[in-house]
Amino acid sequence: MMNRVEILKKSAINAVIGILLTFPITVIKVNTIDQEITWRWYMMGLVGAVVLIISFFWIRQQERQNSGSTFKFNESKLGLKYHSIMSKPGVTKSVLGSAVLLIVLIPFITTPYTTSIITSALIYIILGLGLNIVVGLGGLLNLGYAAFFGVGAYTYAILNMNFGVGFWLALPLGGIASALFGAIVGLPVLRLKGDYLAIVTLGFGEMTRIFTENSDKLTRGASGIANIPKPTFFGHAFGYFGSTRYIYLIAVALVIIIIFIVWRMENSRVGRSWVAMREDDIACESMGIDLTQSKMTLFIISSAIAGVAGVLFAAKNTFINPQSFTVWESIMILCIVVLGGKGSVRGVILGALILILLPEYLRAFQQYRMLIFGFLLIVMMVFRPGGIIQNVRKIYKIEGEPTNE
Amino acid sequence: MDVGYFLKLLLSGLTRGSIYALIALGYTMVYGIIKLINFAHGELYMLGAFTGLIVASLMSYSGINPVLSLIVATIIAIIYSSAYGVAIEKIAYKPLRKSQRLSALISAIGVSMFLQNFVLLFQTSDFLSFPNLIPTFKFLKPVENYLSSAQVLIYICTALFLIGFTILVKFTKTGKAMRATSQDSKMAQLLGISINKVISFTFLIGSAAAAIGGVLISSQVGQINFYIGFIVGIKAFVAAVLGGIGSLAGAVLGSFVLGLVESFGTGYISSNYEDLFAFVVLIVILTFKPAGLLGKSEKQKV
Amino acid sequence: MSNKVLEINNLLMQFGGLKAVNDVSLDVHKSEITALIGPNGAGKTTFFNCLTGVYTPTSGDINIIPPGKKPIRANGKKPNKVTELGLARTFQNIRLFQEMTVLENVMIGRHAVTKANIFNAIINGKSTREEEQKIIHDSYEILKKLDLHTFSNEFASNLPYGAQRLLEIARALATEPFLLLLDEPAAGMNPQETISLIGTIEKLKAEHDLSILLIEHDMHLVMNLSDRCYVMDYGKLIAKGTPNAIANNPVVIKAYLGEDF
Repeated sequence: MMNRVEILKKSAINAVIGILLTFPITVIKVNTIDQEITWRWYMMGLVGAVVLIISFFWIRQQERQNSGSTFKFNESKLGLKYHSIMSKPGVTKSVLGSAVLLIVLIPFITTPYTTSIITSALIYIILGLGLNIVVGLGGLLNLGYAAFFGVGAYTYAILNMNFGVGFWLALPLGGIASALFGAIVGLPVLRLKGDYLAIVTLGFGEMTRIFTENSDKLTRGASGIANIPKPTFFGHAFGYFGSTRYIYLIAVALVIIIIFIVWRMENSRVGRSWVAMREDDIACESMGIDLTQSKMTLFIISSAIAGVAGVLFAAKNTFINPQSFTVWESIMILCIVVLGGKGSVRGVILGALILILLPEYLRAFQQYRMLIFGFLLIVMMVFRPGGIIQNVRKIYKIEGEPTNE
Repeated sequence: MDVGYFLKLLLSGLTRGSIYALIALGYTMVYGIIKLINFAHGELYMLGAFTGLIVASLMSYSGINPVLSLIVATIIAIIYSSAYGVAIEKIAYKPLRKSQRLSALISAIGVSMFLQNFVLLFQTSDFLSFPNLIPTFKFLKPVENYLSSAQVLIYICTALFLIGFTILVKFTKTGKAMRATSQDSKMAQLLGISINKVISFTFLIGSAAAAIGGVLISSQVGQINFYIGFIVGIKAFVAAVLGGIGSLAGAVLGSFVLGLVESFGTGYISSNYEDLFAFVVLIVILTFKPAGLLGKSEKQKV
Repeated sequence: MSNKVLEINNLLMQFGGLKAVNDVSLDVHKSEITALIGPNGAGKTTFFNCLTGVYTPTSGDINIIPPGKKPIRANGKKPNKVTELGLARTFQNIRLFQEMTVLENVMIGRHAVTKANIFNAIINGKSTREEEQKIIHDSYEILKKLDLHTFSNEFASNLPYGAQRLLEIARALATEPFLLLLDEPAAGMNPQETISLIGTIEKLKAEHDLSILLIEHDMHLVMNLSDRCYVMDYGKLIAKGTPNAIANNPVVIKAYLGEDF
């Protein structure tokens, strides 16, 4: 293992490389209109310092991981204490209960701005849960998920604009429309494997967006659809504060329902067969599982969930346009799933909260936030490629047998 | 039918195809060797274009000969893009070689975001105009309505690069090592091939090609911004998949098919759907040939 | 009526110009262990893949005859359909669900003989819960038979090699087959493990009234277990008979056993 001085030496070399590598972009600034050049020599010092610091911690962390002396939560004092508290009877329930209570109270104790941001995060939790079914459980990489989200949003917007359909009717309709769309896309797509599947779903996503941008009559094209009504409560409409809270509560309810559904599916005969498909499709098929049917089911359910999220999104923002459903949106949702930990509901929730709230609260760093964000993604993957919450399988208790856990 | 219009579209399709080919090669090489969709590859093209623009502006503002400026700008762009490519691999992909491929993909997405915003922050979000450095070829005078000097330059450079590249891959020791690694990296390692060197070299060549594409197309189009790499990168990736990902000849073929389809599609159907044609072709071809035009369907060993 | 459970006539599997399986006919009789041997690359695994629907054979007939039922032609049926008919297999290159627990691996095997669909799962009514409990219970019983139950909650990837091979068998058994296809079950096992495997296979065969077709390299295993023996070389069948007859067959000795015997 390297000592600090060695790491520092190596970092210093990296800093010099960093300065050289970023020289043209950071130091020279070209004004092509006035044909002027600005030399920003101080950038060299800045870049050098930043690279030196990052490199130092980077290498140190790598050394630690290589020698296996990393922090493991479950084995740490805090982790053991956590588990011993959580394993007491009733504790899980009361913790869960107070968490739900706190979540319900949030809009009444914070500003509408905060409530609105957290509602966004909740919508992304729903999206993350939906995509997680396909990517995390089924192992099928879908890079066009935002399109299904968009289909849901546009279903509500268009039905409302033309027929005055309200939120509560649109909610299931958006899910159904998106599920149908999923089935149509699924037919040609699902016999492809791995990366071919990824790029074709990306293609379908983009095609959907481009069509939306260009069908002026149906979707009002790039300008989008405005004045989408917020949900009503048995015909009663709320004011600004009220509706922000109301949508928040609807989002919480939907998240809970979807978590419940996903949880039930995960721990069922069908859910297990999805995971088996992810692990080894050939062995899975030879266990009597119909892969085509499994893939189709996965795709349709996950699309339906995106559709529901879409309706909620349209109702929250009251305005939608195709720019909300680009490839970057799909990528963002994928990041939520992978960052949190594929296949884990808790992971998805954590991933969504981090990815949506972090950039929001990184506003202090203003323009640096997307740069930092990209960098954090790399750091996360390099040092914890399995996501924050690693794959855990359910432990089954067998009646009359001693458990070895 | 207007023959002139057709010809114009054909030639502009070949131009697009050339640029896609230069980028798609990098995608397909990296995929062949480490089975990673290098999402950030388009950004190397963008960095190449920016470095080229900065150097070219620097030189042309001080009155240096445009052709010399263009050559120097291209060379420096190649050097920088290659260096970025190798550095990215070392930082963001190498630690992930043994992890699941999805993790490496997310890391690549992170790199892409980082580089876009890096250029956005330290340069600008506006479009910058690329100095006009391409000489006017006199012999093109009779056909100037169909074919510009820039296009000819793009054809020539792409052709030269492809020839050089073919020689490199087919006949040199490094090329053989690359091919061996892409077929069976474990076996290659046992035979004493240094995987790290091969991978670094792959990123180097791929990034160099992207940089050439970046400088050439920006000097033709005349303006660039930080976002140009992303969409072109995706298109080039589509081209690589179209041809059968991992296959070098496939990447070139796929690029030209894509370039021509886009050119004729925008010319005869509608330019609103410019970005749509790529995906339509992709889906049609993969429906009939699930492994792409020249790709071998991978027989899994059961 | 004959007591065959599998009847294969003139099976041909061609990849381009290569005849990987060339005109092979083979029968498996009820409650017998039939062995298919041959040097590496003789086409044994390809033959298995044709049987189980991974490949669709170029020509020939595969007839599966479930005990007491009419023969069913299985050419080109999908792998999951073949499994539903009562054939189950293991894989030469272990193909377990690595990041699932040992118990879950076997539970997947119960898929073919259980019913709950996605709506049942969400509603989770009484019959679904009972079925789920039964899946867990039955799977655990199967693990017990193979002495793997102490590993129930381990990831499959954490098992020692020999135990992974056994888990493959356990998983196949869970689909309730009448014919079990074992692709080199003893590959990579040490002599003691192989001896214990022989005992296990015989026990399972008796308890589940199984017929078995196995591909094997380990002569010790073949001689001890099999009732009938087929030998393949270069895609063709070159001999068949009792293990003893095969061991003394000059053609076989020349083609394959040469140095070992």
